[in-house]
Amino acid sequence: MSKHQVTITVNGQAYTREIESRLLLVHFIREELSLTGTHIGCDTTSCGACTVLLDGAAVKSCTVFAVTANGKQVETIEGVAQNGQMHPLQEGFWEKHGLQCGYCTPGMIMSAKHLLSKNPNPTEAEIRQGISGNLCRCTGYNKIVEAVQYAAEKLNADAREEIAS
Amino acid sequence: MIPGEFNYFAPTTLQEAVSLLTQHAGGAKILAGGQSLIPAMRFRLAAPETLIDINNLTELQYIREANGHLAIGAMTREASLRDSDLVHGRYHLLADAARVIADPIVRNMATVGGNLAHSDPANDHPAVMLAYNAQVVAVGPSGMRTIAIDDFFVDLFQNALHEDEILTEIRIPKPAANSGGAYVKMERKVGDYAISAVAVQLTLNGNTCSAARIGLTNVSAVPMRARNAEQALIGKQLTDDVIEAAGMAAGSECDPSPDLRGSVDYKRDITRVLTKRAVRAAIERVQ
Repeated sequence: MSKHQVTITVNGQAYTREIESRLLLVHFIREELSLTGTHIGCDTTSCGACTVLLDGAAVKSCTVFAVTANGKQVETIEGVAQNGQMHPLQEGFWEKHGLQCGYCTPGMIMSAKHLLSKNPNPTEAEIRQGISGNLCRCTGYNKIVEAVQYAAEKLNADAREEIAS
Repeated sequence: MIPGEFNYFAPTTLQEAVSLLTQHAGGAKILAGGQSLIPAMRFRLAAPETLIDINNLTELQYIREANGHLAIGAMTREASLRDSDLVHGRYHLLADAARVIADPIVRNMATVGGNLAHSDPANDHPAVMLAYNAQVVAVGPSGMRTIAIDDFFVDLFQNALHEDEILTEIRIPKPAANSGGAYVKMERKVGDYAISAVAVQLTLNGNTCSAARIGLTNVSAVPMRARNAEQALIGKQLTDDVIEAAGMAAGSECDPSPDLRGSVDYKRDITRVLTKRAVRAAIERVQ
């Protein structure tokens, strides 16, 4: 059996583990670290429920080997809120009713976070395109789009405030 | 769905990767973005003894123009194509493809080299690179060689790479003056493979088509050019009748299989229509 020592930084904390080469990143996150906010949906690279950020880019963690993430930075839904304060994206999903069953939500938020990091002022079409790798079977997407728009406005307002002060 | 066990290496230089591949030739696969290989391993359709992970080879991540061609490093993520001004400025066919390959999250991991090396006729880059008359650069223990794209795809999931060679670069000839290109894809949903897709790159001399290459996606067991459709265009003024004839030719020369995406007749007809759309879009972009 091929075992490898890896150090993967998840939500700012470095974790060193001895793992099998075939361990998928999503299983590393959920089973080794007990961070179960990252969901497993389709298990076939289709649904995006397992989306996390790998060195800042949204990836489907069911389709990345954990060994590939050795030495890299991973961010999961658990790392999104800071100091007990919800991130504007989380607030947006709350305010705009961007979820019903909630299963796709962590993946949606991670995809949207990557989108807003590259494009702070996305059009509605760009948002829809940005989350097109994430499936939601409840909302029909409209409320999710509104949630991301809410977050973009909030983040831009916060940025303006920071510049003003 | 857990993949089988495998030995794993993560080289940090191309030289190291080649030497590992040579040592393990026969049982080893290269792991690039993994967006096709990992699902195949999870379904146990693939069970390589050894994986050589080249995600640390940042030396293979670049998009640059050199010596009359666009050079794309094999480990360039599909998302980087989308973000490249160079691609958007002059390589419209490639820019079109970069928007429709898989989905935006997959594109953050998936690589151009992996897409070609996997040699799946359902993948988008084979048709694109056939239309561009690209060259593939391979590095093995005896050095580097280039392979013309027309010689690259040899059978279903089979290509001209030797077991000890790594695909390192793709070279797209800089389009001649008065050239344009387009990729038009029909898919059931974002992230699905194409029902059919057509890549066109053509050159005009006044109103006459002086050169044209057309690649087809997912309508044959091996990525193919629509050579009869190309011939229907070359030397002609691109009237509606000529474009229709090219569409008819592509629909008839492709060789699709019936599946959940449609019947043979349906796929032929979609290929006809998409060929016409791609030719028209390419003409509009001539620059």
